[in-house]
Amino acid sequence: MSVLLIAEHNNKEVKPFTLNAITAASQINQDLHVILIGSKADDVAKSLSEVPLVKKVLHVDHEIYENYIAENYTAAILKHADKYSHIICSANTFGKNLMPRVAALLDISQVSDIIKVISPDTFLRPIYAGNAFATVKSNDEKKCVTIRPTSFEAAETTGGSAEIVKIDAADISENTKFINREEIKSDRPELGTARIVISGGRGLQSGENFKLITDVADKLNAAIGASRAAVDAGYITNEHQVGQTGKVVVPDLYIAVGISGAIQHLAGMKESKVIVAINKDGEAPIFSVADYGLEADLFEALPQFLEELNKLNTIQK
Amino acid sequence: MKILVAVKRVIDYNVQIRVKEDGSGVVTDNVKMSTNPPDDNAIEEAVKIKESGKAAEIIAVTVGEEKAQETVRKALAVGADRGIHVKIDGTVEPLAVSKILKKIVEKENPDLVFMGKQAIDDDCNQTGQMLAAHLNWPQATFASKIAVNDKSLQVTREVDEGLETIEVNTPAIITCDLRLNEPRYASLPNIMKAKKKPIEQINASDLGVDTNPRIEHIKIEEPPKRKAGIKVESVEELVQKLKNEAKVI
Repeated sequence: MSVLLIAEHNNKEVKPFTLNAITAASQINQDLHVILIGSKADDVAKSLSEVPLVKKVLHVDHEIYENYIAENYTAAILKHADKYSHIICSANTFGKNLMPRVAALLDISQVSDIIKVISPDTFLRPIYAGNAFATVKSNDEKKCVTIRPTSFEAAETTGGSAEIVKIDAADISENTKFINREEIKSDRPELGTARIVISGGRGLQSGENFKLITDVADKLNAAIGASRAAVDAGYITNEHQVGQTGKVVVPDLYIAVGISGAIQHLAGMKESKVIVAINKDGEAPIFSVADYGLEADLFEALPQFLEELNKLNTIQK
Repeated sequence: MKILVAVKRVIDYNVQIRVKEDGSGVVTDNVKMSTNPPDDNAIEEAVKIKESGKAAEIIAVTVGEEKAQETVRKALAVGADRGIHVKIDGTVEPLAVSKILKKIVEKENPDLVFMGKQAIDDDCNQTGQMLAAHLNWPQATFASKIAVNDKSLQVTREVDEGLETIEVNTPAIITCDLRLNEPRYASLPNIMKAKKKPIEQINASDLGVDTNPRIEHIKIEEPPKRKAGIKVESVEELVQKLKNEAKVI
């Protein structure tokens, strides 16, 4: 049987984590179909069909799917679930919201947030905020799996020509209504996929002081992250939060500034390739995961850091 | 309005997790246990709604071993009116918990069910959504703001792109984010009072629900350790290391 991947998109483009999930899904079974549920999303269907790892695109296009409502997506997915051995999507807020609803109605015990495919029924997943790794085997006949996107490479997006099959819409729920979405537009790289992330914590002391972080981020073309403490204190908005209940990031370079390094924050960044910690408390736990630790007052260190970066002839983009 | 709040007993969030040498799990003997943190937010929100006059009763429910009752007792101490403890030993997967909770919902007929968005032990993030599916109720997950109307709720959800607001008709399931509110501490008099509030005990085996695990835990191991880093003396040295040694800028 084939595997079915649920695409995340905004009716214009595929969201990047769907490409990571495609890679993981194809490791389970190469006969990979993608279901696209949207409204006027023909461009998305076309771009999915061009992903070489995708063998077929199931496209349901109806105005009721203009906004993503888990209840309505679930009904559309269930109409096709019986033909597939696995139903898969990314373990971001999209997939976390959706997949358990699908799994429950199929009477499947979902495997959440896998970081490795060991075999079609056995997976590796972090538990306890990444302080333990569990190898788990699903004994359900059919499987529902969500993928930690940063643990898999993004799939190639060109060269494929999968068949696009139109499918019918399902019933909609009258009990859930979309009101609005406040998306913060930014020219910066996305936090989840950026090559460099610079994050600020409580040590920044105010929202205004985040400008010190922003200036370095501009120079390095980095995404901006934050600890939960900084978000709770109102220094910066929630979509920047890195950690167990925020986003998990795996950049080439992660710079933690004024972040003490609670277990819950480490869970979101400790797989980064190179970690830098700048903190004036030499005993802060963040130093235990840092490749390069600088014990310094961030209000002096960050402007100096920017100055030194400006001296470099070239900076990798 | 009647609100059911589900709470889970987990290893305290401040405890450094240790993996058992035989790979069978993590050490829980003599380890501090607490209520799953976002479940505290769920209780708090229910209590605030009751205090605003919009709810008449709050029932706290937990599913788990004998000691799981402590989390219900704690919920009673911060404002829940009565408790239910569904007793079951061993691993209970979110799918099984959601089936058990469905039985409790059918018995109690609440207008709202609140719980944390995720448990910090298994990090599954499933139970609320699964319960909503079984009941065919709307779900509002990752809630950071809730406005209660007569027959509906407006819920602001924390999503990857920022914030999303949806309206759900009651009855509904809400899973709570840590930013929803600031959970209160129980006062000593309220802790004493909570000891007199009733907790009904139900055996999971009496509910006629299949609770057998579907997922085998083959091995639990420590994650690979990062190799120890170094401390640099100055910003200049840091930039040189990043440029010439790590080659990341």
